[in-house]
Amino acid sequence: MTAPFILLVDDEVSFVETMAKRLATRNIDTITAFSAEEGLEKLKKNQNLDVIVLDVKMPGMDGIEMLKRIKAGFFRTEVIMLTGHATIELGINGMKLGAYDFLTKPCDIEELVSKVEEATKKKRAHDEKIEDAERKKLLLKYEP
Amino acid sequence: MVEERPSKKLYHRHFTRNMVLFVIVVSFVPMLLVSGLLLYEYSISYHEKLYAHLKEVVHRHAQDIDSFLNERLNNLQFLLDSCQNENLHDESILQEKLFQLQQKYDGVFEDLGLINEQGVQEAYAGRFSLEKAEYSDAKWFQEAREKPYYISDVFLGLRSRPHFIVSVKSFHQGRYFLLRSTINFEAFNSLAENLRIGKTGSAYILNRNGDFQTKPHYDMFSSNKSYMDFIKAGKKAKHGIYIGEIQDASGSEKAIYLAALLKNEDWILVYQQEKKEAFSDLISTQIVAAVILLFGALLIVIMNVLLFHKVINHITEVDREKEMMNRQIIETGKLASVGRLAAGTAHEINNPVAIMVQEAGWIDDLLKEEEFREGKNLKEIERALKQIENQGKRCKEITHKLLSFARTSDTPIQNLQINEIIKEVVAISDKTSYTGISINTYLDETIPSIYGSQTEIQQVLLNLINNALYALKKDGGKIDISTRLAGRHVLVSVEDDGPGIPEANLDRIFDPFFTTKPVGEGNGLGLSICFGIIQRMGGEIKVHSTIDVGTRFDIRFPLKKPMALKSENLSA
Repeated sequence: MTAPFILLVDDEVSFVETMAKRLATRNIDTITAFSAEEGLEKLKKNQNLDVIVLDVKMPGMDGIEMLKRIKAGFFRTEVIMLTGHATIELGINGMKLGAYDFLTKPCDIEELVSKVEEATKKKRAHDEKIEDAERKKLLLKYEP
Repeated sequence: MVEERPSKKLYHRHFTRNMVLFVIVVSFVPMLLVSGLLLYEYSISYHEKLYAHLKEVVHRHAQDIDSFLNERLNNLQFLLDSCQNENLHDESILQEKLFQLQQKYDGVFEDLGLINEQGVQEAYAGRFSLEKAEYSDAKWFQEAREKPYYISDVFLGLRSRPHFIVSVKSFHQGRYFLLRSTINFEAFNSLAENLRIGKTGSAYILNRNGDFQTKPHYDMFSSNKSYMDFIKAGKKAKHGIYIGEIQDASGSEKAIYLAALLKNEDWILVYQQEKKEAFSDLISTQIVAAVILLFGALLIVIMNVLLFHKVINHITEVDREKEMMNRQIIETGKLASVGRLAAGTAHEINNPVAIMVQEAGWIDDLLKEEEFREGKNLKEIERALKQIENQGKRCKEITHKLLSFARTSDTPIQNLQINEIIKEVVAISDKTSYTGISINTYLDETIPSIYGSQTEIQQVLLNLINNALYALKKDGGKIDISTRLAGRHVLVSVEDDGPGIPEANLDRIFDPFFTTKPVGEGNGLGLSICFGIIQRMGGEIKVHSTIDVGTRFDIRFPLKKPMALKSENLSA
């Protein structure tokens, strides 16, 4: 499997930057955004993103709203919620809205890497299914 | 149990004493006044009634005695009038007349004699040999010849026996004669002696010299009293009766007396009775009244003391309940504030902590590169980084627990059998880590189910058991867990016989972050979370602790589903 390609969205600049550096050493391609709005822009530009690691509480648009928009925009990218609010309800709510998983701050880097890899696998498996289906459609279209 | 403060105890003791004294005074004063007044009135009435009765009796007896004496004089006068003087000189006629008188008056007349003016008894009829007896020097004769009628005092005379003489003076041929008769003393004496009441009530007659004219039946201390003493010391009442009191020489014995004058005031009839006997009924009534009063007073005192003790106990109980309620309200308020604060700040704390941990992680990552591997302090740096990571996790745990105050239940609300949960919790509790500790369960299998979150109740029970285990870990002991139905609640008690909790700590035991455990062994959130969970369920948790006796946590779970839980469950 090629390295997962992820977007880190958090308003804590130093957290995002350090996390990105650490993920990079663990063979994860990471781009960063420091607000939900910026994150959505980056997503539009990088639609091949495997996973978005998304902070819940941010100034302006919060993580939940961004998640809703990601799902509403039919992006296939998986979302892992990352929050300082360590409650199960929040996680359940996020999962109900379509998040892959959730983690609480401060999180263990290895746990995050593991979840990112799982989410990447899921996303890519899903991508393959869709591509297969589209390929089949094209084949059916051009078959005599 | 939370011990009552000494100042409060002192206040309650003073309050009880003052109230008891106040009520005793308020109830005693009217009781004593009324009782005293009634007794006084009764005593007055009794005195009046008794003296009225005795006056009548004495007056009647005085009349009887006077009548007796007058009758004897009349008898002699009649004899004189009916017989010629010469006839009376005839002793056989005198003897016949004496016989007739003795027959008629039952031996009252002992003899009859006719004495001339020289005092010589010219004729005599009777059982003594007194013919020609010479009375010229006799005191009675000297007095009798001066009066038409005469009754002498009692004297011994020639016959050496107590007797007295009645005589009637008669004139015949220019000379006077005295017809005299000796009156039987016993017959006369019985007139006074018949006046007997009780053991000590008796009567006697004194002459003006204070000599007894009758035989006193019961001579208490009258011998030193004279005729005039009774008149002077007495108070004159109806029928000319003198009423008074006399006492013996020592002054310890008192007697009442009633005296009536007889025989033209020559004699005095004295009725005398010991005072304590005369008023024995009154004294008995007074003793009974005093005993009843004393008993009533004792009853009032005892009832007062008991009542006020009961009231004080009730007040103490109410105070304690109030204090506990206040404490709970304060706890609830504190928890609510902490909950709100926690919810607001957990994110803010977790973020910088996350950055710290992240940066430490990044340093750790960098240290793995070749150029740092040879550093002489590498191990120390790695240890420090590990410590940063561990402390970051600790911060996370704390904020996570703090959020428990604000968040609602994670698990569904359902019907639960508390006994089953207790059995499970006891089974998983860490008791095997401690020696000498036993956990006993006393579960009432008939208690109904309760509504709640299973994981939360498990958390509460586990917390309490772990705290008890911690308290007993040094010296060992036992933990008793019991359940029972208490009104509309299921009461679960977790009790240990450990060292107890100091009173100063009891107020703070449910405070967040309050702990007596060493750093790293407890964060002081366990009981706060328990408190929050039970509060949300609509129940209550109370602690009772006595130093060196033990600690008991009582948790009341409501049978009815609380509104908070209902709405949560519906929305879940």
